[in-house]
Amino acid sequence: MNHDYQYTPKNGFSKWLDKRLPLMRFADENLLSFPTPKNLNYFYTFGFILTMCLVTQIITGIVLAMHYVPNTLLAFDSIEHIMRDVNYGWLIRYTHSNGASMFFLAVFIHMFRGLYYGSYKEPREIIWILGVVIFLLMIITGFMGYVLPWGQMSFWGATVITNLVATIPIIGEPVLTLLLGGYSVDNPTLNRFFSLHYLLPFVIFGVVILHIWALHVTGNNNPTGIEVKDSKDTISFHPYYTVKDLFAYIVFLLMFCYFIFYNPNILGHPDNYIEADPMLTPAHIVPEWYLLPFYAILRAVPDKLMGVLLMFGSIVVLFFLPWLDTMKVKSARYRPLYKIFFLLFVVSCLLLGYLGAKAPEGIYLFLSRVSTIYYFAFFLVIMPVLSRIEKPLPMPIGISNPAIDSSVYDSGNGVASGAPSYAMDSVNRH
Amino acid sequence: MTDTTDNQDPSRRDFLYITTAVFGATGAASLAWPLIDQLNPSASVSALSSIEADISSIPEGGSLKVAWRGKPIFIRRRTKEEIEIAEMEDSLDLPHPEKDLDRVKNKEWLVVVGVCTHLGCIPIADSGDFGGWFCPCHGSHYDISGRIRKGPAPTNLEVPPYEFVNENIIKIG
Repeated sequence: MNHDYQYTPKNGFSKWLDKRLPLMRFADENLLSFPTPKNLNYFYTFGFILTMCLVTQIITGIVLAMHYVPNTLLAFDSIEHIMRDVNYGWLIRYTHSNGASMFFLAVFIHMFRGLYYGSYKEPREIIWILGVVIFLLMIITGFMGYVLPWGQMSFWGATVITNLVATIPIIGEPVLTLLLGGYSVDNPTLNRFFSLHYLLPFVIFGVVILHIWALHVTGNNNPTGIEVKDSKDTISFHPYYTVKDLFAYIVFLLMFCYFIFYNPNILGHPDNYIEADPMLTPAHIVPEWYLLPFYAILRAVPDKLMGVLLMFGSIVVLFFLPWLDTMKVKSARYRPLYKIFFLLFVVSCLLLGYLGAKAPEGIYLFLSRVSTIYYFAFFLVIMPVLSRIEKPLPMPIGISNPAIDSSVYDSGNGVASGAPSYAMDSVNRH
Repeated sequence: MTDTTDNQDPSRRDFLYITTAVFGATGAASLAWPLIDQLNPSASVSALSSIEADISSIPEGGSLKVAWRGKPIFIRRRTKEEIEIAEMEDSLDLPHPEKDLDRVKNKEWLVVVGVCTHLGCIPIADSGDFGGWFCPCHGSHYDISGRIRKGPAPTNLEVPPYEFVNENIIKIG
């Protein structure tokens, strides 16, 4: 499909419709003939997988809301009612609860992919920022959803997290009371969390539309990080990427189904099957696995307010990524140093996730601190410094042209010997 | 691709298309079913779908109202005269002809769903022009066999499935 392609209505009805509401034209230009770089790998299928995750959560969530009761006296029992009495209630709830985990798993991969291939760089800053907004909304939604079953972890997780607000000097306490609708987590809190947990996914849906809109203005980035130059670099979205996305989604679904049908509670905490008791705190309060890295950062800091600031800062820093990494070369494929630091960053994130579930003492606390320092150093020190000093590897001229681009390649640097293999890289994908 | 070599035999590709479509449709249907079936009565609702009523304390001419599936059930212990009237009126030109004998298991006991067949209101006992029930919503008159006699309701009061467990207990549902 080339860039000059125009949608042409074929029959009388579509011509009539096209003049009044160009719905088919919109669908054709954005879903079918949309020119997409021909070298996207499977890491690029997570956008579609995430859309499906959101749809799954909304459908199962609407169904669950038909049976769930947001009242402290009835919430826990209504969950058991769903599990035992409602037809296929167990399936719908397990899909929803594990669906949240799958959603976060996919979004982490999606974000690491963006980080690796430099998808946040000019001209895609807005796409990245909208993505971070979605991620933030997902965290809030996921957190509120976890409170709804009104188990011990729900209650104490909500207590601990909302109490973070109280660390803000002066206004902390009154804001916390406003947030909870009382002086502790109770029925008013549960009611508003339910209301917002129902609302926010639709807000996410709205931001997803903006995210995709922005993507369709600039077009996809690709593993080489080299912008599309002409129609030779692209293929139509349908059938090439519809099939690729669908295949990846099916593989993803297989893993999803493993959790739903064979291990539905492995990702949750058993204490959440004990009804909330405001008079008894469980021995260990742990958030859901996808929030563990942030929890580890919170606990790594000895000062309460600083811990809270760093935890929120770990997400806020992502907004500034396009201006922290100013290196013109996008893909880590041509950035040997960045690639190493990126892999270390992935390791530090995984380590933080592991440490978030451990008691904050001894070696665990030490490692939490090291990982936290690296997390922030990666963005605030390593990225700006590498942008200035790193020498990128020789790059091909274009997605379809493996010849080395001499305008980018600094010939005095002695790295030319490696050139052909990188050129091969973009060719081999077809 | 299809039109290069095996032009004469398109059935192979057709088979693949049809198989894929059938698999897709089966998958979609099996995915949709739990989402639809969850709307059906849950096990806790189904568990209440049959009730037992103790009728030992109802005097002749008296009645009892019990709830079954969220609807009232009228259990009426009819007097001899009421039974006679009901059987006599079998021969009249009724809007919804039914013999009294077909509406009871034991002549003494009339068991009907106390929901007007017009628009679902609950008729008032011992009122109306025919000695049975009267629906205040739109003025339907029922006789002592629960048959519609006058007014907008199209059919007689429904007889629920029931049985006499013993002489004191009726099981409804």
